[in-house]
Amino acid sequence: MDSKLDLEIDYKAGWADPEQFTASTDFGLTEDIVREISKLKDEPEWMLEFRLKALEIFKQLPMPKWGDQEKLLQVDFQKIRYYARYSEKTEESWDDVPDDIKQTYEKLGIPEAERKFLGGVGAQYDSETVYHKLREDLEKQGVIFLSTDEGLKKYPEYFKEYFGKIIPANDNKFAALNSAVWSGGSFIIIPKGLKVSVPLQAYFRINAKNVGQFERTLIIAEEGSDIHYIEGCTAPSYSSDSLHAAVVELVAHKNSRIRYTTIQNWSNNVFNLVTKRAFAYENSLVEWVDGNIGSKLTMKYPSIYLMEPGAKGEVLSVAYASHGQHQDTGAKILHLAPRTHSRITAKSISRGNGKTTYRGLITVAPNAGNVVSNVVCDALLLDEDSTNDTYPYQEIQRDDATITHEATVGKIGKETMFYLMSRGLPENEAIALICMGFFEPFAKELPMEYAVELNRLIEIDMAEYGAVG
Amino acid sequence: MSTLEIKELYVSVEDQEILHGVNLTIKSGEIAGIMGRNGSGKSTLAKTIFGHPDYKITSGDILFNGESILELSTDKRARLGIFLGFQSPIAIEGVTMSNFLRTALHLKNPDEKLENPIKFHRKLKSQFEQIGLDASLVNRGVNENASGGERKKAEMIQMSVLQPSIVVLDEIDSGLDIDALRVVAENITKQREETNSGFLLITHYNRLLTYTKPDIIYLMHKGTIVKSGGPELAVELEEKGYEKLVAESSNQN
Repeated sequence: MDSKLDLEIDYKAGWADPEQFTASTDFGLTEDIVREISKLKDEPEWMLEFRLKALEIFKQLPMPKWGDQEKLLQVDFQKIRYYARYSEKTEESWDDVPDDIKQTYEKLGIPEAERKFLGGVGAQYDSETVYHKLREDLEKQGVIFLSTDEGLKKYPEYFKEYFGKIIPANDNKFAALNSAVWSGGSFIIIPKGLKVSVPLQAYFRINAKNVGQFERTLIIAEEGSDIHYIEGCTAPSYSSDSLHAAVVELVAHKNSRIRYTTIQNWSNNVFNLVTKRAFAYENSLVEWVDGNIGSKLTMKYPSIYLMEPGAKGEVLSVAYASHGQHQDTGAKILHLAPRTHSRITAKSISRGNGKTTYRGLITVAPNAGNVVSNVVCDALLLDEDSTNDTYPYQEIQRDDATITHEATVGKIGKETMFYLMSRGLPENEAIALICMGFFEPFAKELPMEYAVELNRLIEIDMAEYGAVG
Repeated sequence: MSTLEIKELYVSVEDQEILHGVNLTIKSGEIAGIMGRNGSGKSTLAKTIFGHPDYKITSGDILFNGESILELSTDKRARLGIFLGFQSPIAIEGVTMSNFLRTALHLKNPDEKLENPIKFHRKLKSQFEQIGLDASLVNRGVNENASGGERKKAEMIQMSVLQPSIVVLDEIDSGLDIDALRVVAENITKQREETNSGFLLITHYNRLLTYTKPDIIYLMHKGTIVKSGGPELAVELEEKGYEKLVAESSNQN
């Protein structure tokens, strides 16, 4: 079975629109490029300084020495275009969005989802947000949901307080890169005590060839508030690589809850190297629901710093690595205060020569008494060439911590296949059904429409799976 | 009207020959019983009919309505309308019974519209309740957390949903208490009456055969059919035991 070619065909979001930029930088990364981006955005001086400092850090920091070295070394920072936009402003009505772009989002089902069940939508197309709209009632209740560029203009005080404070530029090479060239992303504030019952969504689309997307998201849940944010992402299938290096910072204040759901379905030429981190304060709850289906290489370990007593962190991570893909994913939880709880559930499927890696870290600080942490990793390998590795790191500095870790690696048993096929299911349908069943704990956390989409993606990938008979 | 014919079938597992020339025929509307001790080759026959990858046919043929099915994969055989009730149905985590059966039903009748999931779910639940099973099994993974007896009953429901024309039940009676056995037997009889299905009942107890009154009974021993006859064969077997009956029939040959 060799499915490299078929996969290109199978990827349903792989079309591209014309590259009619109204502004863009040249390929490559230099100080001038960073200055140009800042100028195009008409930013305050301090943000330019922040960017330039980050650029220096980026230059100094080495590439990670761990992870998929073979793929990582293919990233060529000088062959990426760091900024491209197609219009000068963010629209509040889909009718005002340029036709090509509007059609792309329609094909992706975004306006429809917005009408049906979302409280607000942001749509980023390469570097800039082309559409942004928050439901009026939520706006009236004081919810702030803007593109991050807009947010910086209107609420600089929040940026001074939080921006780059959860993930500083020197955290890692890709966080530094994002800090230097960031553009777009979501800026959200949920006011004290407000529980938003409908999700807010951002959709990230890379369009142009070799373009990099570097959105920067900051979500602040004030005391006692509740928010569910969803992000989706796709890109055209190109033979040359694109880079997505986002930074996402979450702040969950006392008694608040943030759920952050990602359904990442980048095309197979995108490097997805993302840093996500949350600070969770007293009795708050942060949940990362992280689905990685696409990309060439993903390296992403959403983390939660449990800063104050009673804070809880949960990560539910699923990864699907098809032929030629590597999903290097996991989670990091830092127990920095007493009575903090965490749970990580990681499920991965590898197919063809696809690779999945679980990389996780649990730390318990010396002052963090009575911590409970639970980690479960399950991997399913569909073919002989499929691989999975598990790296569960622990740094426990307390004797009273309750830490559990379970890991399983399995294949689909011959008798399971025989049973399903004896009821008339062809091999590929049987495998798809098992994969969907395996991802069920993730799918059931998604809004219905997204769960259906997830199952469809798996079905598509299985469609050309070695049919027999 | 369907027939499944087994013709001079020789089957090996890991180079060891298990079946040495088996002949038998299953017809719509008929119930055939096949009896024999453990290891006589009964389950091998069932799995071979469905193309289990471990079982290699070295000679002979299996015909469905006169055409060989040996080149067909397991799923294609199933979609012809042949059903296998397993001796030990396995559990499949995450794949719900409801979703599984709805998919299977749709694949069997691709021209018919896929049934509404909620309607299908409701119907299936009531079928589970009718047969004395907890309806929550429908929402769970296939056979997940179900006892052996519950799984056997669930096999009967799968059969009635898929409406096969030929049914092979491999020791459907093992692990069932007397009440459950009666329920299973009733379902077999009902299925035959309603859809004129043909049955091959594999068992080593004659109680199932007493309840279902087969038209023909085959006695299997060491990989061949050593004797066949009407329902009286089951009675004879009860009276004389395997040993004696097998010895008698080999003398006759």
